[in-house]
Amino acid sequence: MNNKQSWIDQRFPLTKVFNEHLAEYYTPRNFNIWYFFGGLAILMLGMQLLTGIFLTMNYKPDAEYAFASVEYIMRDVEWGWFIRYLHSTGASAFFIIIYLHMMRALLYGSYKGPRELIWILGMVLYILLLAEAFFGYVLPWGQMSFWGAQVIISLFGSVPVIGPDLLVWILGDYAVGDATLNRFFSLHVVVLPLILVVLVFLHIVALHTVGSNNPDGIEIKKVKDKDGIPKDGIPFHPYFTVKDAMGAVAFLWIFCAVVFYAPALNGYFLEAPNFIEANPLKTPEHIAPLWYLTPYYSVLRAIPPLFGSQFPGVLAMFAALLVFFFLPWLDRSPVKSIRYRSPIYKWILGVFVVSFIMLGWLGVQPVTPLYVLLARIFTTLYFAFFLLMPWYSTLGKTKEVPERVTG
Amino acid sequence: MSEQTIDLKKRRFLTNATGVVGAVGFGFVAWPFLSTWKPSSKAKAAGAPVDVDISKLESGQLVRVLWRKKPIWIFKRDENALLSLNSYEVIDNLADPNGTGNSKNQQPSYVTSQFRSIENTESIAVIVGVCTHLGCSPTYRPEPGAADLGGSSWKGGFYCPCHGSKFDLAGRVYAGVPAPTNLEIPPYKYMTDTLIRIGTDPELS
Amino acid sequence: MNLTLKIIVTFAALLSINSFAASKVHLDHANTDIFDEASLQNGAKLFMNYCSGCHSISFMRYNRIAKDLGLSEEQVAKNLMFAGKKTGEAITTAMPNDGASNWFGGVPPDLSLVARSKGTDWIYTYLRSFYPDESRIFGVNNKVLINASMPDVLWSLRENQSEAEFDNSVRDITNFLDYVGEPAKLIRLKLGKWVLLFLGILFILVYMLKKEYWKDVKYGVWRPRD
Repeated sequence: MNNKQSWIDQRFPLTKVFNEHLAEYYTPRNFNIWYFFGGLAILMLGMQLLTGIFLTMNYKPDAEYAFASVEYIMRDVEWGWFIRYLHSTGASAFFIIIYLHMMRALLYGSYKGPRELIWILGMVLYILLLAEAFFGYVLPWGQMSFWGAQVIISLFGSVPVIGPDLLVWILGDYAVGDATLNRFFSLHVVVLPLILVVLVFLHIVALHTVGSNNPDGIEIKKVKDKDGIPKDGIPFHPYFTVKDAMGAVAFLWIFCAVVFYAPALNGYFLEAPNFIEANPLKTPEHIAPLWYLTPYYSVLRAIPPLFGSQFPGVLAMFAALLVFFFLPWLDRSPVKSIRYRSPIYKWILGVFVVSFIMLGWLGVQPVTPLYVLLARIFTTLYFAFFLLMPWYSTLGKTKEVPERVTG
Repeated sequence: MSEQTIDLKKRRFLTNATGVVGAVGFGFVAWPFLSTWKPSSKAKAAGAPVDVDISKLESGQLVRVLWRKKPIWIFKRDENALLSLNSYEVIDNLADPNGTGNSKNQQPSYVTSQFRSIENTESIAVIVGVCTHLGCSPTYRPEPGAADLGGSSWKGGFYCPCHGSKFDLAGRVYAGVPAPTNLEIPPYKYMTDTLIRIGTDPELS
Repeated sequence: MNLTLKIIVTFAALLSINSFAASKVHLDHANTDIFDEASLQNGAKLFMNYCSGCHSISFMRYNRIAKDLGLSEEQVAKNLMFAGKKTGEAITTAMPNDGASNWFGGVPPDLSLVARSKGTDWIYTYLRSFYPDESRIFGVNNKVLINASMPDVLWSLRENQSEAEFDNSVRDITNFLDYVGEPAKLIRLKLGKWVLLFLGILFILVYMLKKEYWKDVKYGVWRPRD
């Protein structure tokens, strides 16, 4: 092989990279449906970058023209509506995929050693993606863009001592305005996408260094044949390239059904008040962030103000995000996969998932005494899942983990 | 266990079929993206035909209108100017006087008069005021014998300040200048005797 | 798999909450059909006669209406356009903003996106919910939009039509505004089934391809399975 190296290989390790990361990257053969979402997340990143680049060609980041320029894309630009719906539906689809991808990690203990760094990089990606989506939602400059930005940014004003100055610094003005829109545009289309792409690369490099987890939570590298190839591993290419392609087409089918038949998805992907241009004099009857932000918004609203300050709520909201980072060290169970964990853990994980979904649901509801009470209960359960993990993760009887993967 | 044989032919067929259908799908997706670069409805509306009233246009006068962001000259040539356009002193010095050579595509097919205007409206010229060399807009120099443009040999026309290209009063390019072809004539039609619509052919509205 | 299903069901349940639930008034179902060309044409005519005096639909161009509603540009120019407009121009009202503020206490809103922000049911019900109220400047009030500053512009239409005919007229206006809210709806709803059909075919192929390659894994051909 070496004496017949191609022109490129003498100058760039193309074949080497191809082999190391595709043709000779050995992947557990027992991946199930949960293992589609990592690849799909990359597909969505690509789609958002591509459609975003084309939207940027016609969008105007100017408070005076932003709203009209989005409608210009929707009507006057040939096929502009298609690109825009791909991007707006893509944003929500991206989060559905990311949430399922994270759920996979919770189910099969993919965050546990030796994959702590993959998990941390992933959590950084998730938080940046939330920020990216938030900035992006401001750009159409509708009523929800404006008031959503107003509410979220106001939170920074509650920081003790520096709050008011910090607020004005973020806004670049004394209220959400042209300067805010312009800097958010820059962050949304240049700064965050660049960081996201780099971090996704690092996330994958880290993954390929330790190798993929699997539904049994077994390290396949422990059992190798005489050639040093894991006995339960199969080459990523062609087996998982065709399998992921199949998953991608199935996903695109559902995705296109939404894009073509329900791009607003009943107000969940595109909110009705956002079809009214931003008006600083008139707050919409009911402000709710987009669905992927609502669990944290609920946490924020659940915490009562302390000495008239919203700051404790703000802290709780950020804590709800940051606590994910500690998961690899909070979990002290000897097994990774839910398949071999104790029944107690299964119940607790179930309660956590329900709490997360309920917090998300409560985030779009108006504030009533009952809903505030519910939000407090679910916020408590949310934090209890993490903070009590060192204790309950060792409880109960785990099943014996097999030597080799099953199924 | 491995007695199950692999049908390589089937595998190759499926790979190719998926590849071909996938490539078609890629084309379907590429088309909308490339289409967004076409002029939008707004650009098309801004590039709509422009009407020019020439009832008050005097001999020798030139008016400029913008059509599709390009200057369009509408000017009236007097008897002497038309005579000069037909004189050997002019024609012999032009690069392509009949518009049959390099300049073949510089005017619509219905612009047939020798003065490069629609038949029976010879005195009125409608020309895109963009030099065919590098896109500057030439200046209108109708006065014959202008000292800075060669004195008695100058019969009136256009002079491009950027690289010195010269054109006659029919927008035909002189030989030996940088501009390769005659000035372009836009599509236009007469709505009435005194109203010209620029940007549309006579058989269209 | 079981858990996947549960999550999907929960999400589906969450999605069923109506996003227009903010207004508490009962709204009649507009029951419009954007592919009913005659209805759209009638709606366009009624809109231009009764609404466009005050309301712009400034994101809409005349020639787009001609193209989408099966009309020639001449027909649109003759029947729907204000004098002195070009077919490529946006549909804006001739009413000056200052005058509007004096007459109605505010500039009548642009209706380009009203169907997207309020919904068709709201428009349909709103236009049929005016009732006499002497305390208001125009002598009418509205059940859907309390203290609306708009006069009951359709009164002459209602007097000359039966209730069913009037409902149909309002439905046509609503249908037209739904179209104006998103002209691309005409394309995307027609195109959608072809896209899904294509992806369906591609899925069958890629599924068979996957199955074919995974025979290796199943029978341990790519490497002895031991």
